[in-house]
Formats: sequence, structure tokens, C-alpha cells
Amino acid sequence: MAQYLLRRLLIAIPSLLGISVILFTVLALAPGDPFEELATNPAIPPEVRLALRASLGIDDPVHIRYFRWLTSMLQGEWGFSFVSRVDVDQLILQRLPVTLIVIGSSQILALAIALPVGIMAATRPYSIFDQVANTLAFVGFSLPTFFTGLLLIMLFSIHLDWLPFVYRAQIDATGWQWWWEHIKQSIMPITVLGLFQGAAWTRFVRSAVLDVVRLDYVTTARAKGIPERRVINRHVVRNALIPVVTLVALQMPAVFGGAIVTEQIFRVPGIGSLLISAVLANDTPVIMAVTFVFACLVIFFNLLADVIYGWLDPRISYS
Amino acid sequence: MTPAGEAWRRFRKHKLAVGSAVVLGLMILAVLFGPLFWTVPIDEIDFTARLQGPSLAHPFGTDDLGQDLLARVLYGGRISLAVGFAAMGVAVTVGVLVGAIAGMSKGPVDVALMWVTDLFLSLPQLPLLLLIIYLFRDALADLVGQELGVFIMIVAVIGLFNWMQVARLVRAQFFSLREKEFVEAARALGASRVRIVVQHILPNALGPVIVAASIDVAGAILAESTLSFLGLGFPPDTPTWGRLLFDAKDNLDFAPHWAIFPGLAIFLTVLTINFVGDGLRDALDPRRVQ
Repeated sequence: MAQYLLRRLLIAIPSLLGISVILFTVLALAPGDPFEELATNPAIPPEVRLALRASLGIDDPVHIRYFRWLTSMLQGEWGFSFVSRVDVDQLILQRLPVTLIVIGSSQILALAIALPVGIMAATRPYSIFDQVANTLAFVGFSLPTFFTGLLLIMLFSIHLDWLPFVYRAQIDATGWQWWWEHIKQSIMPITVLGLFQGAAWTRFVRSAVLDVVRLDYVTTARAKGIPERRVINRHVVRNALIPVVTLVALQMPAVFGGAIVTEQIFRVPGIGSLLISAVLANDTPVIMAVTFVFACLVIFFNLLADVIYGWLDPRISYS
Repeated sequence: MTPAGEAWRRFRKHKLAVGSAVVLGLMILAVLFGPLFWTVPIDEIDFTARLQGPSLAHPFGTDDLGQDLLARVLYGGRISLAVGFAAMGVAVTVGVLVGAIAGMSKGPVDVALMWVTDLFLSLPQLPLLLLIIYLFRDALADLVGQELGVFIMIVAVIGLFNWMQVARLVRAQFFSLREKEFVEAARALGASRVRIVVQHILPNALGPVIVAASIDVAGAILAESTLSFLGLGFPPDTPTWGRLLFDAKDNLDFAPHWAIFPGLAIFLTVLTINFVGDGLRDALDPRRVQ
């Protein structure tokens, strides 16, 4: 098991390096010179400007600059935020837990919808239930998250006045009250993300189960007199989940995209809304670092998918 | 029966797809020719008609400056659809190229190209889109003008982040097609490599590509609307659908119509494109026989 994990980690390293090359290329190609202001300032002689450039290594060859940038990124030296004058890694560490909680709960909600609905639909193909579920799934992933979010705010915050539409990090309450307030303000962001993903996954689960249900070994299991419920749960679902895990891992970038939008709508103080405010405020170090963190998260979830894959499919040996 | 006729017969069986194709066609016609009939300008400010609900004078209501929302939604539709189809064009071109090269070459070239494809699949797209637009927006705007600059950039970037699915499909098709007898026959007759690819393999690989392309249009429209909704797409005075929602989101309590009409427009467009794509899959993808 440990060896399998290690091998997967080693495979992940080239992708991480590839992503870092792409990030650096984008940055290096970007127009604009940090010394533009100094260049037009007549009080500063050109020799001083050139000496400054040399001391910061701006004129070095590209590959040297890349390695210097990569080592400082890996050592956690992400610089200062131009706007809030705080270390970028501090800022991100503060914001990351909220994002992970929102994304995690919404994925659980999505699975809780997609698994039962997808399995039910696939075991009764072309029934009324299947057709309704299929149509609703199409509606679900055609509704952009920002529109569902606004619709939910209109219904539950403005019309019914049940839920708050601004997420507050600080809540002046203790005990149960504190939990209740947190749950109440998390419901809408989690629902928006969860429904969107759940709709997409329902279709994955349905088609995967439909592929497996027709196989001979399922017929054999039925012929042996195993109850239908047990055939589905034990024999069909486990095998059907293998392709689903791959598809879910492929969806992770889209999930993070949805999380950024949702955080922005409900003003959830996570790294997604941090990214947007940094872009609007031209806060380059923060933009860089958040993009890098999102890249690492995607790689991490791909790794997680690999582990689950190995657990689901005994043919993939750990050793 | 001709292949096209057979495909049409199968497409017709998918009732939702046929209905969606009709609705989508109507919406494209409305967006293209609507402004010829509904001649209210998109930027006519009228403070006596601020934040009005739907009425005969303004069927979709007005915004906080009294601008007519129907005119703005129609204009935004042109941009959204143009971005959607143009970005799909970029994605399909890159995808077919990469997939065809990988599918025709064995060994290291194929491995390298597939590694790049997988790498692009695991890129965090929205953060990178935001980063690229943030870094390059001003330079490109200086070069070709504000609106056109943003258009070119959004189309290019969305396209360059969406070619991977097509590349994988094309590669898989090439792998099975290049071993078929008719390709061997063409090779035996002395056809060049390019001729074999363009004349013999590519036309047979097109079905799944068309399906993926239709889904790409929906994805690109969603991506553009998302950028505009975050306030980072087209310039503020260009009323794209996402931008209209961005402006409307602070006035939800007294002007819900402002958000609902552009939101419904995005939803209906994406939904109908997805259904048409589903119908096309039934019609063109021979692997999925039902």
C-alpha cells in the first residue's frame, strides 16, 4: 500500500512541474515591467536602475529565473500581499479551511444524490423514473451555479427570509446557537454546488451501472438466487463505481471553478473569493499563490482518486 | 439510405433533442434578427423608467439606469453565441490536430502529446483563465481595441482549455481506423500520409467529434458568462448575459426581473445545446446502439 502510494506520488510530480512551467510561462510572457516607474523617473540614474535589476536577477536567462521561482514557491516563500500587507501563505491558510469544508460537504451532497438516483434509474432503464431523472439531470448541469445561487437567494433570503445570504466568518454566539448559525449560512452555498455536481454525476453513475448490469456475471448472481438488492449493492455497484471515480477526478477542476463562483455569490471567505478580490485589486502575489494552491488541490484529488481506484478494483495491485 | 438520412432518422427519435433544436434555432434567429425589429438602443438612459418590471414598453423591464433589458439581452446573446461557437472552433481545431498527430504516430510523440493532454485536463481552469485575463487584458486592448481585444482573448483562452476531450476522442478513433482494410488499401495504392488522414480516416472519425463540439459550445458559453459574472469578462458597458447578472445581483430584492431574464437566457441556451448534443450522440455515435 505504502509503495503504491509512493509510486503514485512520484507520477504526480511531473504533472505538478508541468503546471508550474505553464504558470511561469504565463507570468514571464505577461507584459509590464516592475521598473517602469523607475525608468520614467528622471531623478534615478540609469546605472542605479540597471544595478537594481541585476541584484533582483530580472535580466537572468529564463531557465535560471524559473528555477529560482520554483524553489521559493516550494519553500513557501510566496511573498507579501500588496493590498493587506500580510504574508500570502498566512492569508491562504486562514481562508483554506472554509473552502475545503464547503467543497467537501457539497461533494458529499452530490454523491448522496447521484448514487441512489443513478442506480435506481439504471436498474429501471427507460421507465418514467429514469426519464424524469435524466431530464432533471440535464436541467441540473445546464443551470449555471451563479444563476442557481441568485435564484436561491431570491427565494430563501428575500422572499421567505429563512436563510442569510451573506456568509459571516465571525459569529457572536456559543454552543448550539453557533453551530446553528453556521449551518444556516452554509446551506445555500453547499446546495448550489452539490446540486450542480450531483446532476452531472447522476448521468455518470447511470451509464456506468447500465454497462455493468448487462454483464453475464450479474445474471449468474441472480440465477444463484441472491436477492436483487444484494446483487445490485454487492456485485453491480462496486464495479460500476470504477469508471465513475475516474470521471469524478476529471471533474475536479470544474468543481473548483464552481466553488470560486459560489464563494463570490455568498461572500464566503474562502480562497476563491480571495482570488477574485486579488484580481480586482491587482494583487499579483496572491493571484499567483491561489492559482498554485488550486493546482496542488487538483493533483491531490487525482491522487486520492487513484487510491480509491485501487481499493475498488482488486485487479490493480498495490505492490 | 444515405448515412446522413440514417443519422437524421435516429436524431428524430430523440423528442427532447428535436424540441431543443427548434427552441435553439428560434433563439439564434431572435438574437441575430431581433435587433432589426426591436430597435430600442441598448444604452438609452431614461431615469423616469428605472427598475421597472416587464411592461409593453419594456417587455423584459429596465435596469437601474432605465435601459431596456430586452435590447440588452438580445445584444448579449450575440456575444455569448459568438464566443461559444468561436471558442468551439478553436478547441476542435487544436483537438483534431493534436489527436490526429498522436493517433498517426507511434511511440514517444504519442506519449508526449497524451501527457500534455492529461496535464491540461488537470489544470485549474477558472483560476488560470482569471490570471491570464488579468495579465494580458490591457496589452491586447491597446493593440486591437477594448471589445475586440477581450473577445479574441476570451475565445482563445477558453478554446485552449477545452481541446483535450476532442484530442482524446480523435486519437482513439485514429487508433482503430488506421488498422482497417480500407486504409491499408489506400496505402497500397500509394496514397500519401496526408491524403490518408484527410480523405480516409478523418471523415470516419467525425461523428464523436461533432458530439463533443456541440457540448463544447455550451461549455464555452458557460465559461464566458462565468467570467462576466465575476466582473472580469467584457468591459462593463458591454451587456453580456453574465454581466447583466453581475449588475443585477445587488438589486435582487426590488428588481428580480433584471436577473431572471438573462439567467433564463443562459440556462435555455445551455440546456438546448446539451439536449441537441445528446440527440447527435444517438444519431452519430455508432458505439452507443440502443
